Amino acid sequence: MGTTLTETKTLVGQSVRRKEDPRLITGTATYVDDIQQPGMNYAAVVRSPHAAARIKGVDTKAARELPGVVAVFTGSDVAELGPVPCGASLPGLRVPYHHLLAQDRVYFVGHPVAVVVAHDRYIARDAAERVEVDYETVAAVTDSEKALAPGAPAVHPQWPDNLAFTFEQNGGDFAQAARDADVVVRQRITSQRLIPMALEPRGVVAEWRSGDKALTIYSSSQIPHLMRTLVAQILGIAENRLRVVAPEVGGGFGSKLNVYAEEALMGFVAMKTGKPVKWIESRRENFLATTHGRGHVDYLEIAAKKDGTILGLSLKLIQDLGAYHQLLTPAVPTLSVLMMPGLYRFRNIHATILGVFTNCVPTDAYRGAGRPEATHAIERIVDCLAAELKMDPAEIRFKNFVHNDEFPYLTATGLSYDSGNYAAPLEKALDLVSYSELRNQQAEARAAGRLMGIGIATYGEICAIGPSPATPAGGWESATVKIEPSGKVTVMSGVKVHGQGEETTFSQIVADELGVDMDDIVVLHGDTTLVQYGIGTFGSRATAIGGTALYFAVQDLKAKIKKFGAMMLNSDDVSFVGGRCVCNRSGKSVSLAEVAGASHRALALPPGTDPGLVATKFWEPPNFTFPFGAHIVVTEVDRETGGIKINRYVAVDDCGRIINPMIVAGQIHGGVAQGLGQALFEQAVYDESGQLVTGELTDYAVPKATMMPWIETGHTVTPSPVNPLGVKGVGEAGTIGCSPAVVNSVVDALSPLGVRHIDMPLTPEKIWTLIQGGAA
Amino acid sequence: MATLRFTVNGKARSVDTPGDRPLLDVLREDFKLTGVKYGCGEGQCRACTVLINGRAAPSCITPVRAAGGKSITTIEGLSNGEALHPVQQAFADEGALQCGYCTPGMILTATALLERTPHPTPEQIVEGMNGNLCRCCGYPRIIAAVQRAAGHRPALREGTNGE
Repeated sequence: MGTTLTETKTLVGQSVRRKEDPRLITGTATYVDDIQQPGMNYAAVVRSPHAAARIKGVDTKAARELPGVVAVFTGSDVAELGPVPCGASLPGLRVPYHHLLAQDRVYFVGHPVAVVVAHDRYIARDAAERVEVDYETVAAVTDSEKALAPGAPAVHPQWPDNLAFTFEQNGGDFAQAARDADVVVRQRITSQRLIPMALEPRGVVAEWRSGDKALTIYSSSQIPHLMRTLVAQILGIAENRLRVVAPEVGGGFGSKLNVYAEEALMGFVAMKTGKPVKWIESRRENFLATTHGRGHVDYLEIAAKKDGTILGLSLKLIQDLGAYHQLLTPAVPTLSVLMMPGLYRFRNIHATILGVFTNCVPTDAYRGAGRPEATHAIERIVDCLAAELKMDPAEIRFKNFVHNDEFPYLTATGLSYDSGNYAAPLEKALDLVSYSELRNQQAEARAAGRLMGIGIATYGEICAIGPSPATPAGGWESATVKIEPSGKVTVMSGVKVHGQGEETTFSQIVADELGVDMDDIVVLHGDTTLVQYGIGTFGSRATAIGGTALYFAVQDLKAKIKKFGAMMLNSDDVSFVGGRCVCNRSGKSVSLAEVAGASHRALALPPGTDPGLVATKFWEPPNFTFPFGAHIVVTEVDRETGGIKINRYVAVDDCGRIINPMIVAGQIHGGVAQGLGQALFEQAVYDESGQLVTGELTDYAVPKATMMPWIETGHTVTPSPVNPLGVKGVGEAGTIGCSPAVVNSVVDALSPLGVRHIDMPLTPEKIWTLIQGGAA
Repeated sequence: MATLRFTVNGKARSVDTPGDRPLLDVLREDFKLTGVKYGCGEGQCRACTVLINGRAAPSCITPVRAAGGKSITTIEGLSNGEALHPVQQAFADEGALQCGYCTPGMILTATALLERTPHPTPEQIVEGMNGNLCRCCGYPRIIAAVQRAAGHRPALREGTNGE
């Protein structure tokens, strides 16, 4: 027992180096493809080369005869299993039965038709080439608007209109707002199809132990617990006999927020063959058969008074769903509609979503999932309105922001914005770029014939997804905190860290609360056998919900620690400070390790107290959180080439309280890179026959180092009242703010030529054509 | 089938394998050096980068026979026991990684770059790192890490404006 207290420094708020990094920078982390099992076979998936075809027969004989081939499975082998789940529900939603392998028809290029299992990868792939599928091609449709036209080919013959659902949401009275308006501005605005392209492709290892009737699936996933529940359903096995492990995961961005056919297929293969099996997606397969993102065509109308006061917004949203619903496919555009008010006060909304089947791989969540689309649309149409009214784009935004004294603010779409100071990030960003001076420079540039643009976008996000009633599978998160007999701390979190650094930020929270060293804390996640049920990492939720569950679990533990401390110090007045229980009268203290030892040894127990120091908390959030911010982008367009140079990129974000500034800025950088990819470079292109033209990295422009500007970041801090940490979430903010800021800047640059809108990506060819006076 | 000999992370190794097998597969499967990552199989993402005689090369499109007789360094061979290589340390110090999948290739590319150009300009760093894709970090921190490893104060620092 000692009597001195160590001075403790708060770790929350500091750029602590990441605990994840040592294994990652030395190449010793274990991703799915790094797992080897004794006697493991390898699988290759035979995929459809056609976007739409009837399958008249599948001949596997030649494949099966290749030495080293273990088995070949086709649609008929798995006809009774499934379906691949859709977790979203909407009124009247048409859900095609999504078999693990195609039955009598294929619906998109890349559609799985058969699985070949062999002793090594090379044989599996060679044998896959020998599977002969007799296809009879039928007409395909890959463009969502063309799919809606009368007489278009039917993706699913039973639904000739290709309409999976229509969804309407109204708030206030947009028709009246339009009648009251001085001006109504209309614009068609698209958010193109994108390929998420996590650096680590998807992969699965499955292992069946017949004696225990127990299946283990290792998968590169953001949601191991949900995967366990859903794959058990697909395979018809008991959930408690399925273990899902998401080991190190090399990026997800929503593309691994899913349950794919391959996870269940590999489980099936392992059970059928009795041997472990590994399947690793090729990059080509990743482009063809892992979900894409975005795919919006938005028809917008904004109604406003002459002074810039926005009265209302109308939206017809055509969502390209692809051929099937993956886990959240139809839900993604509903998030767009929820966020249509942006940061603005107007009360009248009319939104219609048309969810359209196409002969393409399904779209689903991709970094931002519905919010980048909404933000892009509203921030573009607000700029169109400003141009129409000859107002400054900053001024029109200030005029319409929700006021600081209006929080919590109930939006026209029924959300309750938690807290905000919406003018603050914009003011800060304007200040950073010296806005009025910048406009003077622009006037000089224009006088000299140069095409300089200043683009502003503000954004609001819906994060910490989310309260359970708003989610298909529970919106809470879980944490267990154990203090081992030695005083070391083990955290088991229901989230699945895959690059966001929560092993570090969660340790910061725990270290501050328990007064222990960061190195004495281990954060475990991603293994359903080790960790209590959890939901996962997506929707900027891990820290705001998972971190809060952890915080409350620690509070429960602290109460128990104090009981033991009181007993050990023979005092009824103890505090727990800096990792020690202290008697407030004598000043005597015991360390956490001493308390932990005593609680496990249990020679004596405080009244009504059990041995051990473990606490588990399942925390249900009372609301979403709503981060916000402002981006300003300064560009110059080359008249000769149509090339765009970004001269300044300023991102000011308000994600509430910041736990680790280095990690937060990293999230902003990465988010901006993906937003910039959408704004300038990336587009998934299917041709009319349904071939993915951008099917490889040589044809799909993921941003490289030379394509990135230097990003200046800033923050304002408006804590969230939704959770005791005050955090809001930051994983998607950069992406959400970026694309409208970039496009607004380039449209501003080209506005002297009469350009009012340009759809992404802003390729030099498109810009050059506009400069030449043609339609882009 | 050919018997190929090379030095891998400082040790003499040999392997009997078809000479056209990708070096990536041989390193991962035969030598269990799983720090080398498959990203695309077409030399477009450089997650598979290794050093061959000190030069960064995409192992996914390098036939193993092309590495015969040469010295190969993977991420596992970069640190000296517990002591990290300065480039590894710089990546951690600058927060230049998130999911970590591109990181071994990034670090090896940077190592080769600094070997060739010990005091690169920011432009030389951006150009030198341009072949390696990262989907998480958006590159500013990666460029800063290379600057730091070169012994320079990173110019692209957080909060030089606005914080």
